[in-house]
Amino acid sequence: MNLLNVTELSTSFYTDRGVVRAVDGVSFSVESGKTIGIVGESGCGKSVTALSIMRLLPQPSGRIVSGTILFDGKDLLALSEREMQDIRGNAISMIFQDPMTSLNPVFTVGDQIAEVILLHRELTRKEALEISEAMLQQVGIPDPRRRITEYPHQLSGGMRQRVMIAMALSCEPRLIIADEPTTALDVTIQAQILALLRSLQEQHRMSVIMITHNLGVVAEVADNVLVMYAGQVMEENTIKGLFENPFHPYTKGLLASIPMMTPEKKSRRLSTIPGNVPNLIALPPGCRFKDRCPDRFEACEDLPDMVDLGGGHRVRCWKYQ
Amino acid sequence: MMNATTDSILALEGIKKYYPVKEKMWAGKSSHLRAVDGVDLKIKRGTILGLVGESGCGKSTLSRLILRLEEPTAGRIYFEGQNILDYGKKDLRLLRRSMQIIFQDPYSSLNPRKTAAAIIEEPLIIHNVGDKTTRRNEVHRLMKEIGLLPEHGDRYPHEFSGGQRQRIGIARALALRPKFIIADEPISSLDVSIQAQIINLLVELKEKFNLTYLFIAHDLAMIQHISDRIAVMYLGKIVEVMEKRSFAQKLLHPYTEALIAANPIPDPRRTKTRNILKGDIPSPITPPSGCVFHTRCPYKKPVCLNDPPPLKMVEVGHQIACHFR
Repeated sequence: MNLLNVTELSTSFYTDRGVVRAVDGVSFSVESGKTIGIVGESGCGKSVTALSIMRLLPQPSGRIVSGTILFDGKDLLALSEREMQDIRGNAISMIFQDPMTSLNPVFTVGDQIAEVILLHRELTRKEALEISEAMLQQVGIPDPRRRITEYPHQLSGGMRQRVMIAMALSCEPRLIIADEPTTALDVTIQAQILALLRSLQEQHRMSVIMITHNLGVVAEVADNVLVMYAGQVMEENTIKGLFENPFHPYTKGLLASIPMMTPEKKSRRLSTIPGNVPNLIALPPGCRFKDRCPDRFEACEDLPDMVDLGGGHRVRCWKYQ
Repeated sequence: MMNATTDSILALEGIKKYYPVKEKMWAGKSSHLRAVDGVDLKIKRGTILGLVGESGCGKSTLSRLILRLEEPTAGRIYFEGQNILDYGKKDLRLLRRSMQIIFQDPYSSLNPRKTAAAIIEEPLIIHNVGDKTTRRNEVHRLMKEIGLLPEHGDRYPHEFSGGQRQRIGIARALALRPKFIIADEPISSLDVSIQAQIINLLVELKEKFNLTYLFIAHDLAMIQHISDRIAVMYLGKIVEVMEKRSFAQKLLHPYTEALIAANPIPDPRRTKTRNILKGDIPSPITPPSGCVFHTRCPYKKPVCLNDPPPLKMVEVGHQIACHFR
């Protein structure tokens, strides 16, 4: 059963310089209890996709132009702001990249977690604080009784991210959207946080959307992956399929440009993707990747459709039409 | 001493940097933050030494000490056989032509009010190199060298992408034809497809101009890719130095082992239950007794709590600071 169905989502930003088509016809679904990874480089639309689902686009410039977002059978785009508030932080919650700027520096950690709980449940402050303490315990923070009385600056980066996770989990959401949750952390702490997310997901049977630029992180946590480029999904596949047999030239290029931990390689040259991402305000016609693509041919002057190759594998490239 | 350092372009001996910190604002008693705590390191001419470690391990402080942007609390720094800590202002000025740095963030390290050409020309002006025309020609040469069109020289930093900005930073570092370059996380803020471009450029330039790099990063795979030798730093100390090939071997410092285990690699078949290091990095103000890594080490024994292990040779070109390796 799909918990979330996103169909032909398009989101644009209306700026002084023109219309930025940040997300353009993105479709995907998330099964209950599964993790979908969205990978791509800056400006590919992965975070805007997440903000569109949460309906947290910066106002007034950001607007969902078309598409539907069905969550648990409900059309999120048809809900009133009030109804959406009931869902945010409750049935769907979000973990952001930078735990330092996403926590309020002038409130204690306990108060901040309790605030989320009190917003969605009929409880007293004392009861909410007790749940906060239990949540901190669950995300592996030692001495949670003392920690709930502390302020964000008294915690390390890894601890702060654990607090963010505790907050996101406090209302037992069915879907968690994690936007680069470990990018600001050191590798050993990143490994701790990813392991924590995995075990909590199993315990609570949650679905997760993991947004990251790090292909290594996605390989560790996701069941399925979407590769996004310039506002569109270029390829979707199971995690194994994507890494073992990438189809889209962009996916291939990304995977080839990462150095592997193989000792004694002869060449010091990494394979690269030449050029830069296109400007989203003045997109060239045709395939968005064509200017950087090694396999470009005449057909690429027209925009390719997404082709379903079966088994959850979809690719947007003329080579496979 | 001088003889031992001649094949190395740079040699550090017992480098320490302690910053005084006041425990409480009103208490007179002060203690020290040991950012760098006794580092010995050599870099051979024409090679790349990769320095890896997590935030707060002292790797950036070390690079600032090498450039003499800060003065070490103790130790000696030899550059081409000369102790540069003895240098006065005049000598330092000359030294800075030989040593340059490329910064992590190409957004904050370029002056937004200056054009690309002016940014690249600035070191030449400061060091009185040539007249206006020769400088302009030099800027053009540098821009071509790093893969930018000379006509882009009139643009401002905000008109360039992250990767292009980093190229400008590299051109600025090359302007004085240095021998030694510190690259402090030069690719961490760039996109994956751009990282490979910059790494290739750095390798090409190194070959072409016979440069020596100290390459600082936290991305193990990238360090392993680019370096000839790798040094691992933890809490102000070097815990392991090795040749690139040693990286694949079994015998490693427990911290290096943990870094490799924690590094996410793009291979979904890799087992997900690996040994994950517990806890956080301890405070460098009150570092652990004995071996600084003992609070997180899965193999710790009583001796580790009391005796700091020296960096000792385990094979040719491979040193580990651990009692049991």
